[in-house]
Amino acid sequence: MKTKIGIPRALFYYEFASLWVNFFSELGLEVIISPKTNKKIINDGTIAAVDDACIPVKIYHGHVINLRNKVDYLFIPRIMGITKKEYICPKFCGLPEMIKYSVKDLPKLINTKIDLMKKDNLLNQMLEVGYIFINDKKRIVEAYHKAKAIYDYEKSKLKLPLVNNTNNVVIMGHPYILSDDYLNMNIKAKLKKAGLNYLLPEMFDDDILTKYAKQYNGKVFWYFFHQMIGTCFYLLEQKLVEGIIYLSSFGCGIDSVVAETVERNIRRNCDIPFMLLTIDEHSGEGGFNTRLEAFIDMLKWRKQNENYISPYGNYLYTR
Amino acid sequence: MKITFPHMGTTYIPVKMMLDELNIEAILPPNSNKRTLEIGTKISPEAICVPFKIITGNIIEGIELGANTVFMLTGCGPCRFGIFSCLQEEILKDIGYPVEFITADRFSNYEGLKEFIDRLKEVSESNSTIKIINTIRKGYKMLHEVDELAELTNKIRPREVRKGEVDKKWFNFENEIRKTYGYKAMMNIINKYRYEFNNIEIDQDKDCLKIGLVGEIYTILESYINLYIERKLGNMGIEVVRMASASEFVKEQLDFIPFLKSDKKKIYRAAARYLDIPIGGHAIHTIGNIIRGTNEGFDGFIHLLPFTCMPEIVAGSILPTIEKEQNIPILSLVLDEMTGETGYMTRIEAFIDVVQKRREIKNEGKRLYWN
Ligand code: SF4
Ligand code: SF4
Repeated sequence: MKTKIGIPRALFYYEFASLWVNFFSELGLEVIISPKTNKKIINDGTIAAVDDACIPVKIYHGHVINLRNKVDYLFIPRIMGITKKEYICPKFCGLPEMIKYSVKDLPKLINTKIDLMKKDNLLNQMLEVGYIFINDKKRIVEAYHKAKAIYDYEKSKLKLPLVNNTNNVVIMGHPYILSDDYLNMNIKAKLKKAGLNYLLPEMFDDDILTKYAKQYNGKVFWYFFHQMIGTCFYLLEQKLVEGIIYLSSFGCGIDSVVAETVERNIRRNCDIPFMLLTIDEHSGEGGFNTRLEAFIDMLKWRKQNENYISPYGNYLYTR
Repeated sequence: MKITFPHMGTTYIPVKMMLDELNIEAILPPNSNKRTLEIGTKISPEAICVPFKIITGNIIEGIELGANTVFMLTGCGPCRFGIFSCLQEEILKDIGYPVEFITADRFSNYEGLKEFIDRLKEVSESNSTIKIINTIRKGYKMLHEVDELAELTNKIRPREVRKGEVDKKWFNFENEIRKTYGYKAMMNIINKYRYEFNNIEIDQDKDCLKIGLVGEIYTILESYINLYIERKLGNMGIEVVRMASASEFVKEQLDFIPFLKSDKKKIYRAAARYLDIPIGGHAIHTIGNIIRGTNEGFDGFIHLLPFTCMPEIVAGSILPTIEKEQNIPILSLVLDEMTGETGYMTRIEAFIDVVQKRREIKNEGKRLYWN
């Protein structure tokens, strides 16, 4: 029987899925990924996690609970940073502890440290993971390269060919919120249904975002901040979108700073409507939909009245 | 140039002294109070942690008193502190306060320290590098002296014979030192009060419960936001020990200088069983200090953290296990601008009951043994 390794479908899974899954399959393991987030997963996670954790972290706990009896190993890497010299949320570094001390009856955990802040040595770190299963350097390196190629290809597929069509709305937020349709209340489908195209920060070229992030005169030391502020300035200049939605997580220390900075820069520099939607585990879909619909209506109405000038000065926004 | 700077406990004392020494006009905002928090909350993002709100309030109150420049430590780290000043600058810009921010990065290596010195030089045009280095040295010394004074009061308060004496003296101390100018004079006040505190009549044999304060450093040091927890516990007859202090924090930053050894290594070693890697903020200190304190005979710990504080939430998830395995009572108090006095006190009192019972059982055990 093949050894089973479980990967929770949450947090950095969305960033690294194809790399991890293919790497482990190449090593001859059976990879089991938890199902898409559902009510039970959220509930289990909320009960298990510390009260003050943000929902993405609570959901992660739920996915771990879903997997714990189905696998021999759980892959919960300790991610310190994924880009050079940029920090990420401290909860990622402490994730193994949060899980270990909050969830009982765990299978063996793989908590290899992934740190790309100093130099790009992902290969070495994945080697360390591989050695847990086979003592064959050549095979692990091969597995890594195969997986990495697929990963790079998948990433490049996400990128947007630069089209300048209309009816675009950008959704900002953490990738693990934007990719988890249960958590984000299906916002993408809802926008599509209303005849709008959605853009996500991950669709823009990293180099472009880095370039634009430099326009911000403060310090940019989180990877996520850099992505969002870069997207913000890029949009300001390119005028690619008619509306900006920021989906934030209640209790997220990083969103509270990033959303505010993005909002202030947008309001100061242009009249693109901006809306901040905050999600928490108790927020009902009703209220969410009402606000989203109002926002969509406003965009349409603005379009029909192109010459309309806001009576409130040079910006229009809702909160 | 008139410089103001935000509060963090009593750090204003050495900071003001340093500015005095460098002939820069320092504008001291009032100690954080209800109004500070109200103003800060009004113009800060709703979801941000409460230290940000109070600090923003301090800055505004400093500006109201005539400051045109803000001095702040920033520092890069996974924690939000590093980014506070950027966002504050934007907020102030948007509401039309024309102030300049002077920030100094954390000084955890020679370059950082040099940058800090250069920053001070820039601000205080006419001073020489030597004068600045001397001033920094004095600041470092005074930081320690003030922290030691506070530690002293925490020992005396639960044992004082005439209730309220320590608090009254401390109030006078702050009032006096605020109005005093320069290193010499301020040092004199500190010495005078050290003498006075040492001469307060105390009950020598009183056996007090000993509780350690751990957690996020700002919430430990800024008594307004922790609702004066040291004073409250002290007046209940409990000896409180702050397990984080500004002087220790600075010492850790300066740890790279060979002869300045902080407790960092010991703390990390103590924490290792539960958390073997620093994850940012003070999470590893929280864990390490609890283990160290438990071994040193503390009766319990109170863990203070602002709502949404990322590193301390990680620490918080480990605490229930430590509580069980080490058999030590721990109370986590999450603080924000809505923290209400009543509910807060009820929780503290219930906790103290538990701590008291545990101590009684322990003492009885001892007696049985000796019989
Ligand atoms: S960045 Fe925010 S949402 Fe993500 S784990 Fe940290 S606190 Fe939670
Ligand atoms: S350590 Fe906690 S309270 Fe302090 S800035 Fe960071 S998140 Fe805020």
